Amino acid sequence: MAQMTYRDALKKALHDAMSEDEDVFVIGEEVGRYGGAYGVTKGLIDEFGPERLRDTPISEPAIVGTAVGAAMAGMRPVAELMYVDFIGMTMDQLCNQAAKIRYMFGGQIGVPMVLRTQGGTGRSAGAQHSQSLEAWVMHTPGLRLVMPGTVYDAYHLLRQALRQPDPVVFIEHKALYAMSEEVDLDVPPPDWGKAVVRRSGADLVIVTYSRQVHHALQAAEALAGQGVEATVIDLRTLNPLDFETIRQAVEPIGRVMVVSEGPLTAGVAAELSARITEECFDFLHDPVIRVAGEDVPISVSVALEAASVPSADLVAETARKMLA
Amino acid sequence: MGERDPKTTEGSNTDLVGLYSQMRRVRTFEERVGELFVRGLSAGSMLHLSIGEESAAVGVCAAMKDGDTFTTHHRGHGIFLARGADPERMMAEIAGKQTGYCHGKGGSMHIADMGLGHLGANAIVGGGIPAVVGAALVAQQRKTGAVSVAFFGDGAMQQGILYESMNMAALWNLPAVFVCINNQYGMGTRIDQATRATALHERAIAFGLNGETVDGLDVIAVRDAAQRIVDAARGGTPGFLAIDCYRFFGHARKDKSPYRDADEEEEGRRKDPVAFARAALVEAGHDEAELDAIDAAAVAEMDATIDFADRSEEPPLSSMFRDVFAVGEPEPEPLADRIDRVLARD
Repeated sequence: MAQMTYRDALKKALHDAMSEDEDVFVIGEEVGRYGGAYGVTKGLIDEFGPERLRDTPISEPAIVGTAVGAAMAGMRPVAELMYVDFIGMTMDQLCNQAAKIRYMFGGQIGVPMVLRTQGGTGRSAGAQHSQSLEAWVMHTPGLRLVMPGTVYDAYHLLRQALRQPDPVVFIEHKALYAMSEEVDLDVPPPDWGKAVVRRSGADLVIVTYSRQVHHALQAAEALAGQGVEATVIDLRTLNPLDFETIRQAVEPIGRVMVVSEGPLTAGVAAELSARITEECFDFLHDPVIRVAGEDVPISVSVALEAASVPSADLVAETARKMLA
Repeated sequence: MGERDPKTTEGSNTDLVGLYSQMRRVRTFEERVGELFVRGLSAGSMLHLSIGEESAAVGVCAAMKDGDTFTTHHRGHGIFLARGADPERMMAEIAGKQTGYCHGKGGSMHIADMGLGHLGANAIVGGGIPAVVGAALVAQQRKTGAVSVAFFGDGAMQQGILYESMNMAALWNLPAVFVCINNQYGMGTRIDQATRATALHERAIAFGLNGETVDGLDVIAVRDAAQRIVDAARGGTPGFLAIDCYRFFGHARKDKSPYRDADEEEEGRRKDPVAFARAALVEAGHDEAELDAIDAAAVAEMDATIDFADRSEEPPLSSMFRDVFAVGEPEPEPLADRIDRVLARD
């Protein structure tokens, strides 16, 4: 066991993957000499050189498009987008090209690239640097989607992403980089695409991912003191989506809250709610409750920012209302 | 990349007969594509013919080598043919048939073949350009000696992705080539209605690439310009080539070109690279019968493509769920299966 930050786990994953596979390289803005806007790639250029930590001009569409071409040509690029908010710039290359190439071309070739980026609130970074846009990605057939919430997962999910035959969008959470946890990375990870039950309780199931896992766990601890026991499921990957783990937790309990930092409408929570309602209808005592971002842009005001996305308090308060 | 097809233009570099023959094949193929559409056999409603642009496809491909890769725009049949594609499998793909290059899933605008280095046609204007930067980056790092060529139309000259891509190619000295087939029209908008900067190659030069514009009337001139640009790119100086030509027909098959007048079309169609090459061959002493035989061979070859496409099977419906992800990954659950499963809960 060792203490490690989420940031260092990501760096170690890149380091280990690059050491094992010379086809892996990182391409993006400030990934080399600067070491990444959030420091994830800091120092890697010293070991692997500027060709494998390739600094680019500020050209997000071409960064992703170059990664698509390099993946088709046989390498395994890790394209970095500094903020997920910039994904709009790249949507053609990501959703029209990377996501569809295997299918359009009749299975001739895949695009084994990883698009690493980070999103979410917590740094008062404003409306264009704080969003949770995973629903845009989850809505597109052909893309895998990973959202690690723990230090252990930051390492192992990135390692697993770098072994996938298809394009993976890997969204880190900016508020988690400095989070330190005790981890034993030698413990083998769950199979790719599996959710993990972080806490078991008989009264309520909370289904969530990324930073909201921590809010859910904090809420669950607070609720436990009041005699309410919650199960918390960390989805870890949104594509593949491990519905069986959700089903097994939901059916005996029948009360479900889904928590997502992204905006409520047509979001990940909406999809999860619809799936649970369809698949587990006979087991539900109450409607599936969505706890998600408000349908507003994110403000730079610390107070408004915090109030526009779910918090541990909101999760706990919602649970109490559901069980009242 | 895979075995070289004997139909590729390679080896006919110095041979106008070979270039003429290739251009005639392209034109005849495109005429048959039009026929496929008229006869209702085409799956695609999106058919963009390259008639009038044959010298661009054939001239540039003559400067490329085995192992080179390329992407094309939506008007790319001729380029793929000139790189050695099997016209029967092409026509089958355009018709959406199982025997096509992409088993009917891609069609005219998404045809590809990794064996021939075709990294894909694209239905997004400019969408295929940055993949060439990636392929060139790999060629440079692995020292394969290959170049990667992006083919696109004048419409893409106003797309930002082109400049991001050219900038990176120049910055990193990549073996990349950007070929603009300037047929004067992006759909119904003439190039001078889209930009004041109509000397297109100057833009590439501004980014540090080699840049030329060549008249597409003469396939030999196109090939020679392409050879200069491609050879320099192979040596680490990326380049750009604009080829001036005229789109003989509408944007797509149903477009009757109301935005341009008959006089302009008549004038434009005089810039016929196929007729020009034929006249040059006659001038050089080739007899008409020899050239007629080339034409007849193209007709016979391309007639067969229609028959092949016509008698090929549709892809099985089960293939709909295949290749979203890699083989072996779970396939999406069909909608009807899910509905039945959900409603069968009692």
